[in-house]
Amino acid sequence: MSSTARISNSNWLFLHAVCVFAFLYLPIAVLILYSFNREGVGGFPPHHLTLDWYRTLFGDGPMWDSVLNSLQVAAVAMAISLALGIPAALALDRAQFPGKALFRRLVLLPLILPGIITGLSLLMLFNLTNTKLSLATIILGHGTALISVATTEVFAGLQKLDRSQEEASLDLGANYWQTFWRITVPNLKLPIIGAALLIFTLSMDEIAVSFFLIGRDNTLPLEIWGRLRRGITPEINAVSAIIFVFSLVAIVLWYRLRVRGEGQPDVGTEITAAAEGQMV
Amino acid sequence: MFSRAYKAAVTLPPVLWVVIFLVTPYALMFCYSFWSVSAAQTIVHSWNLANYGVLLHVDVYWQTLLRSMWIAARVTIFSLLLGYPLAYFLSFRAGGKKDLLYQLVIIPLWVSYLVRAYAWKTILGSDGVLNTLLQYAHVTKHPLEFLLYSPFAVVLTLTHIYTPFAFLPIYAALEHIPRSLVEASHDLGASPAQTFWKVILPLSIPGAIAGATFAFVLSLGDFLAPLLLGGPSGIMISNIVVSLFGAAYNWPLGAAISLCMLMLVVSLLFFSERLEKKWSFS
Repeated sequence: MSSTARISNSNWLFLHAVCVFAFLYLPIAVLILYSFNREGVGGFPPHHLTLDWYRTLFGDGPMWDSVLNSLQVAAVAMAISLALGIPAALALDRAQFPGKALFRRLVLLPLILPGIITGLSLLMLFNLTNTKLSLATIILGHGTALISVATTEVFAGLQKLDRSQEEASLDLGANYWQTFWRITVPNLKLPIIGAALLIFTLSMDEIAVSFFLIGRDNTLPLEIWGRLRRGITPEINAVSAIIFVFSLVAIVLWYRLRVRGEGQPDVGTEITAAAEGQMV
Repeated sequence: MFSRAYKAAVTLPPVLWVVIFLVTPYALMFCYSFWSVSAAQTIVHSWNLANYGVLLHVDVYWQTLLRSMWIAARVTIFSLLLGYPLAYFLSFRAGGKKDLLYQLVIIPLWVSYLVRAYAWKTILGSDGVLNTLLQYAHVTKHPLEFLLYSPFAVVLTLTHIYTPFAFLPIYAALEHIPRSLVEASHDLGASPAQTFWKVILPLSIPGAIAGATFAFVLSLGDFLAPLLLGGPSGIMISNIVVSLFGAAYNWPLGAAISLCMLMLVVSLLFFSERLEKKWSFS
């Protein structure tokens, strides 16, 4: 094969990559652009640029209530996932117990299972135990589904951890509890912060599980969903643009963490791990 | 070095939690699927296979399941067609830009699912961006109605959402290929095309299988994109489940369908795992 063929192959691949990126970013660009369009949704070309939709949004009580609800849900779900995911990773790394392989698969399952199955099965549990649906049930749902994220992140961190420090701490008379807080956790700081950030973001965006566990108070995605069902409202463009900006901030934070931690797992390795976790 | 007490302390809480909030709910779903609803709209705890009989004999259920699988299959194929060459480009041709481009593929994953699905609605609608653009450019006189509220819209949106999911394991697999193998192939006189087909592609198959499984499983269970963009012809199996748990009030039948989905997903994971093992060299 001649070198010209190779170059044209490269060009073809480059062109393909450009198209895929355009496909991935076009909708996001459209949303942001049209959030400044007075006519709101649709219509080409956009004209009469305005900040009206942002103004409407800032005066929108129910929308802000739902933002507060989502922040609460994400914070508590994050705490639950970490409180269970960190010990789960320690258990997978250090303990032998019957059903360990099954346990690992079960923990990872909600990450690859369609949200409807997680949501509905929990709904049946809450229904049978006469638990009233509320933000608390959503928190339990998110907390349970996202243990997977904390576990995979921390487990990956543990694989790289040198156990001699913990050993020294124990030899010098510290108990397990002291060793955990003074040696294990500080050494796993980056994976834990990374997991926390990822869990928080995923919980803020989650809708399929929340959909079935919602009580009287809406989370932000469900508030948006409710309005979309009633018809297109241009305010949604504005709120989407704001969500996008916050997501970008989270990514930049994440990226700086990663650079410091040299090859800490990211959302990509997370998903890859979930796919491969099925094999372990 | 770790005592039994330590091991018990880290093992028991997560195992208990998983049993209560994952295993019990799945078990309940299993039980529900054998129960039924009385005329007075209460759940009757009598055990029978009636729900599964309904699934077999009422056309709409298995037809919708087949349609959902067909939609998911198209999403999978398109995600692979978009994701594989992209992953190959990043891994072998992007040079120093590799990390930046990788982050660019990840970013959309952080942007709310709902927001992106909604964006496609504003693009495809009859007063949407695409239709008004086409009319503005005098390509069409009247808005193209088939764009929105069709299986096409659902496939397009789900492909947009799950392409990064398909991309990631493929990229990871390509990155793990020792570059010395590729060089050896070149040195031994293989053309770039031969190197791709005989060395790179076979080594990346496990990644492609993992990516395809992701795209298929997640799009199969989707119900929000069909509700938002699918219209009557784009209804998927999860939409039926949602209505059975809502207005149609037949939780047992809904549970039976969910359980079938769960079994389908778990067996797919099982088979893709076997396939990945078969293709992996190590």
